[in-house]
Amino acid sequence: MTDSILNSIILLGALGVIAALVLYVVSKKFHVYEDPLIAEVEELLPAANCAGCGFPGCRAFAEKLVATEDISELFCPVGGNEVMKLVSETLGKAVAEKDPTVAVIRCQGSCEVRPKTSEYQGPKSCAISDLIYSGETDCQYGCLGDGDCVAACSFDAMYMDEATGLPVVITDKCTSCGMCVDACPRNIIEMRPKKKRDLKIFVGCLNEEKGGLAKKACSVACIGCSKCLDVCPKDAIVIENNLAYIDPAYCTLCRKCVPVCPTGSIIETNFPPRKEKVAEPTKAESDA
Amino acid sequence: MLKTFPKGGIHPPENKITSGRPIRRLPAPKVVYVPIAQHIGIPAEIIVDRKDKVTVGQVIARSGGFVSSNIHSPVAGTVTKLDMVVDTRGYKKQCIVIRTDPKDPANEDLPEEMLKTEIAMAPEEIRQRISDFGIVGLGGATFPSHVKLSVKEDQIDCLVVNGVECEPYLTADHRLMLEKSQQILVGIRILMRALGVTRAIIGIENNKCDAIDLFRKEVAGNDGIQIAALQVKYPQGGEKQLIRALLGREVPKNGLPMDVGVVVHNVGTVYAVYQAVQHNRPLTERVVTVTGKSLQDPSNFWVRIGTPISDLLEAVGGVPENTRKIVSGGPMMGKALKSTDVPVTKGTSGILVIPEGEASRGEPRNCIRCGECVNVCPMGLEPHLLMNLTEKGMYEKAAQEDILTCIECGSCSYVCPSHRPLLDYIRFGKSISRQLATKTAQQ
Amino acid sequence: MSDQPIIVSASPHVHSDRTSRKLMFDVVLALMPALLVSLYVFGYSAVITTVAAVVSCLVFEYLIQRYILKTPVTIGDGSALITGLLLAFNLPAGLPVWMVIAGSLVAIGIAKLSFGGLGFNVFNPALVGRVFLLVSFPVQMTRWPTAVENNTRLVDAVTGATPLGMIKEGVQFGETMSQISTRLPSHTDMLLGLTAGSLGEMSALALILGGIYLIARKVISWHIPVTVLATIALMTGLFWWADPEQFANPLLHVLSGGAILGAFYMATDLVTSPVTRKGMVVFAIGVGVITVVIRLFGSYPEGISFAILIMNAFVPLINRYFKPKRFGARIKAKMV
Repeated sequence: MTDSILNSIILLGALGVIAALVLYVVSKKFHVYEDPLIAEVEELLPAANCAGCGFPGCRAFAEKLVATEDISELFCPVGGNEVMKLVSETLGKAVAEKDPTVAVIRCQGSCEVRPKTSEYQGPKSCAISDLIYSGETDCQYGCLGDGDCVAACSFDAMYMDEATGLPVVITDKCTSCGMCVDACPRNIIEMRPKKKRDLKIFVGCLNEEKGGLAKKACSVACIGCSKCLDVCPKDAIVIENNLAYIDPAYCTLCRKCVPVCPTGSIIETNFPPRKEKVAEPTKAESDA
Repeated sequence: MLKTFPKGGIHPPENKITSGRPIRRLPAPKVVYVPIAQHIGIPAEIIVDRKDKVTVGQVIARSGGFVSSNIHSPVAGTVTKLDMVVDTRGYKKQCIVIRTDPKDPANEDLPEEMLKTEIAMAPEEIRQRISDFGIVGLGGATFPSHVKLSVKEDQIDCLVVNGVECEPYLTADHRLMLEKSQQILVGIRILMRALGVTRAIIGIENNKCDAIDLFRKEVAGNDGIQIAALQVKYPQGGEKQLIRALLGREVPKNGLPMDVGVVVHNVGTVYAVYQAVQHNRPLTERVVTVTGKSLQDPSNFWVRIGTPISDLLEAVGGVPENTRKIVSGGPMMGKALKSTDVPVTKGTSGILVIPEGEASRGEPRNCIRCGECVNVCPMGLEPHLLMNLTEKGMYEKAAQEDILTCIECGSCSYVCPSHRPLLDYIRFGKSISRQLATKTAQQ
Repeated sequence: MSDQPIIVSASPHVHSDRTSRKLMFDVVLALMPALLVSLYVFGYSAVITTVAAVVSCLVFEYLIQRYILKTPVTIGDGSALITGLLLAFNLPAGLPVWMVIAGSLVAIGIAKLSFGGLGFNVFNPALVGRVFLLVSFPVQMTRWPTAVENNTRLVDAVTGATPLGMIKEGVQFGETMSQISTRLPSHTDMLLGLTAGSLGEMSALALILGGIYLIARKVISWHIPVTVLATIALMTGLFWWADPEQFANPLLHVLSGGAILGAFYMATDLVTSPVTRKGMVVFAIGVGVITVVIRLFGSYPEGISFAILIMNAFVPLINRYFKPKRFGARIKAKMV
């Protein structure tokens, strides 16, 4: 009896010692040195692992930050300037400051204004249907409505609006990681500066066709009429290929262009209701 | 036992309802829309302007490089504008719009010319002529033909002529072989001279016995030209499968037929070569099968390039009420059209009208791993795996599994008992894998 | 043109009329001859077991998908029906109904749905159900009723050992094959199903008939059943040749137990077998070898259920290493 107990103790003890030795040798032999700074920097990052910085995760980004001399090109869009400032302090390297941005959907082609002319059958993915053909409507530039951007968003900041068939950005949740921009095969989503109170003015259309054809496919399409161009006091609007674009770097959010657009393709967000609307309706609005 | 390729393949219902219909001539339409990108490679450059008068066969867009092709006016008339027209994928592409002059006699059909068997040109001249006269592969791939003829000396020992037409429904090549057999044989000799080979094989599937018999009868005196009857199996019309079936040679992975000493041309291309070399006629028309079970009068037509498909559909008695899908090409590889404004191009081999009931896809269900897609894949791939990898975004793994060698024949999607969109995903995976490969190559 | 918009989809625009539903229906049809034989020889007890297994499988699939997983209910695809039928085939007729239901729950709930449903299960659900019952209730699961021609009794009082069971027992008691074989049923009886055994394994003839139908309809390929049976015959043949007094002859091994049921219906399950022909052959050899090893040297008289389940676990590995030959891979290609 005592023998068997003793034997087991010796046997198990020996096994334990051998295992410990093996583990010790292996961990010494295959030890990989790692800069403790990497862990420190990773701690600072938001741990969203969204790849918005262009690296496969926060860890990889931290490694890059520590390894690179000049990190002014690198930026964590989710953490923004605050996090980058902390990183800068930790590493003692200068970082760039960027204005916070937010994703906007530059297409207003809901089912109502952009009639369907065909029915797509196949995998519900914009990337695949874009490869096969120009989409269910006659607009070959607009949203395909299969929600690749929503699937790409890891922050639940987007959803598909059932009524319009278009994606919607929940501005408060958007971290401007840019995954949706990459996911959209038609480059509809743009990162625009998130100015105070999230005021934005942008053209909600990408149709480069001539006015008549664009309008035929979608009643809220930009027809390239250049009316907005004429009223813009800051020359922030350019028209190329029958399509207007408002450059956020010059736009002062004066809102003059919005009412003159004959098709209503310029979108303004989060502005208070217009005062002059009551007093003296602008021509475009009274026409509408 | 008839020859065929050993691995994979399917046999869908043939439905060659127009095989007994002689090729009719469609009168020149009032307006033609000639796209400048009708071939694989660089689009042609427009060299005419608004209000220019053009005549049949005049070059209106010039080849934009080596892998490119000239485009000739299919009608006599006036260029009304340089505009956009929808392509088979529904995207607007640049085209030349020409209004036909109804009084110009050139728009009337030219009389059938006497068969000219004497070949006067030297190989170099033939190549130049084929390049100048805008000839591209008429089987559907529209690869510029002169590129395939630019081979090193002694690299090629056999010309394969593709008369397989393995797509269900289509009969354009079949009718052409029956009606222009002698011209095709002269065309083959022209190509043999251009390539410097003494051997040519015409591969024809056994469901076209009349064409096989006809060629066998006529080829009697022509040394070096063989006729091979092939078992009916899709996708035998694919170059790699055809070469394997006829010669037992396997084109290496990522290789070209040239690597095994073969050049493949479609019978339609061969006929166009005959017309260009012997009768100075550039490629301005082609045979198109307009077919579908619901059509009143499905037929084969000689159609001028640039004719809107709506004109063709009118010629067969209009689009029936219950039509839900219109396909440019055959049912296995053709593209579903969004609009009938699409013009006929050099690659349009057929128009297929599919009625309600047959047009919809089945609801996809779970993969039951029956392995049927693996069995039918003629390239020895595993479609179920490739779809899975693509769905999960594992493109590099998919590339390792040879996704890029897929010939997009659609056999996998055809047989899948769970109606899974295998080819849709594989096609997408291919495009991403190719992008990744070019990106790595650049770095 | 019709009022509805035109449909656009990627090629191909035609589809074969082979659908998974039709495949499942064919399997059910193929099982019918064997089921009829069982009803004939076991009577009501076979009806009760079969109905209990089928109904409980369908009900469990419905309940779990509807209320627990909250996914679309797929009992219409026929796969749960087949699982139920095959489970019943692998049980002794007259097994207490609650045990049948427990087996169904394990088969559908654990072996199938917890892996993700049809197409994702690693192990054959019916076999998991059967093996669960076998290890949980060994006594009831080996109380084999004996076949009685034109059976109309409600409860089978007479139970007997299966041929393989007799051999195992005999060999353990040191009997020689010639002594044992006096008690064994004749080969004809085994072919027709007049012996003792599980509900569906009775008549080799009826099972082969259904199997040939499945092969003719291209639901399964011949590779797995033929290789499994050939491996069993070859291996047992070798042992028999070495010592006919110790080991039973190969014909008996092929005809008895679940060999044919397993080879044609359980091992060929599309989901849990390899996808390539090469892989199928490797898989089937494995099944055959393990079956024979269990039968001759294991403690259970029959081992094909275990053999199939063990090989099921190797299927992903087999799929990985036995790939189809790529076109043009023979020659080293130069990059273009």
